[in-house]
Amino acid sequence: MQTNVDTIHSCKPQQYSFKNGIKDGMPIALGYLSVSFSFGILASSLGIPAFFSVLISMTNLTSAGQFAGIGLMVASASFVEMVLTQFVINIRYSLMSVSLSQKIDPSTTFLSKLAIAFFVTDEIFVVASNKENEISKKYMYGLGVLPLFAWSFGTFLGAISGDFLPATLCVSLGIALHAMFIAIVVPVAKKCKPVAIISVISVVISCVLNFTPVTCNISNGFVIIICAVLSSAIGALLFPISEKEESL
Amino acid sequence: MSARDLFVYCLIMATVTYLIRVLPLILINKKIENKFIQSFLHYMPYAVLSALVIPSIFISTGSYLSGVLGFVVAFAMSMRGRGLFTVAVFTCLFVFIVDSILCLI
Repeated sequence: MQTNVDTIHSCKPQQYSFKNGIKDGMPIALGYLSVSFSFGILASSLGIPAFFSVLISMTNLTSAGQFAGIGLMVASASFVEMVLTQFVINIRYSLMSVSLSQKIDPSTTFLSKLAIAFFVTDEIFVVASNKENEISKKYMYGLGVLPLFAWSFGTFLGAISGDFLPATLCVSLGIALHAMFIAIVVPVAKKCKPVAIISVISVVISCVLNFTPVTCNISNGFVIIICAVLSSAIGALLFPISEKEESL
Repeated sequence: MSARDLFVYCLIMATVTYLIRVLPLILINKKIENKFIQSFLHYMPYAVLSALVIPSIFISTGSYLSGVLGFVVAFAMSMRGRGLFTVAVFTCLFVFIVDSILCLI
């Protein structure tokens, strides 16, 4: 009897819980720990007090934007420059938020959306959009909380001490996020040929932009935007999805 | 840098970044019907992700060699259907070992 009940339950569209979110957030947190650790070290070497480095990490939760931000701070850049730099580097998040707006549970309230928006980073976005069903606010909170903690805590550790961890160990954590991305895209690309083709196109554009003399000066944020827009547009033209495929 | 300046800088950074994230989420309340945009949004995460991995994975570690080998390990494990966390942890460990060996040589 028990197995029958279980089978019936598993046929319902699955709602991802807070706990599911926590679990999916763990690899992200692991990767964030090392990146934010480097951020903390850099910030303190530039003379920014630990309190401020942690405050920046807790309120910004973004890597490229923060690295550029502290650079501008020590250069005593104007506030306008700061606004423009942050805008250019982080504008890609708006694309991700557009995509998430289609993915989150439609009954999500305005206030919850205000909270969810805070957690939109490359990594959290990618993991959330890779879920098969609609995602609830609880899942998003679970997914975001460990990365936010790791990001802030790593910054703190980096800021108070440059040699807290053996350097090699710290450096090798840097590949965690990349490894996780690979683990997300490969299974989908295996099942769905258009995704494989789009990924390859994106990689090619990314390499061209990174290794061509003039375009290698484009900020990382913009490189991601160009790759994402071009290859997804090509994909959407060549392989428009049908309703049936939408949950792939 | 005075503490006041640092506060203002931090406030500007946080506000700009947050507005970019929150506006699309609260302004778009309907399901998008357009097929092209639907397909575009469906494919975008994978395009973002691929561009994030390559080429930056190759310089994400202590040496090019460990970066390239780390990529191979993560790719092979993913092809065999291992989960996110397993792939992330094993790749880190592998890179740590490779870089430690390279340090000794």
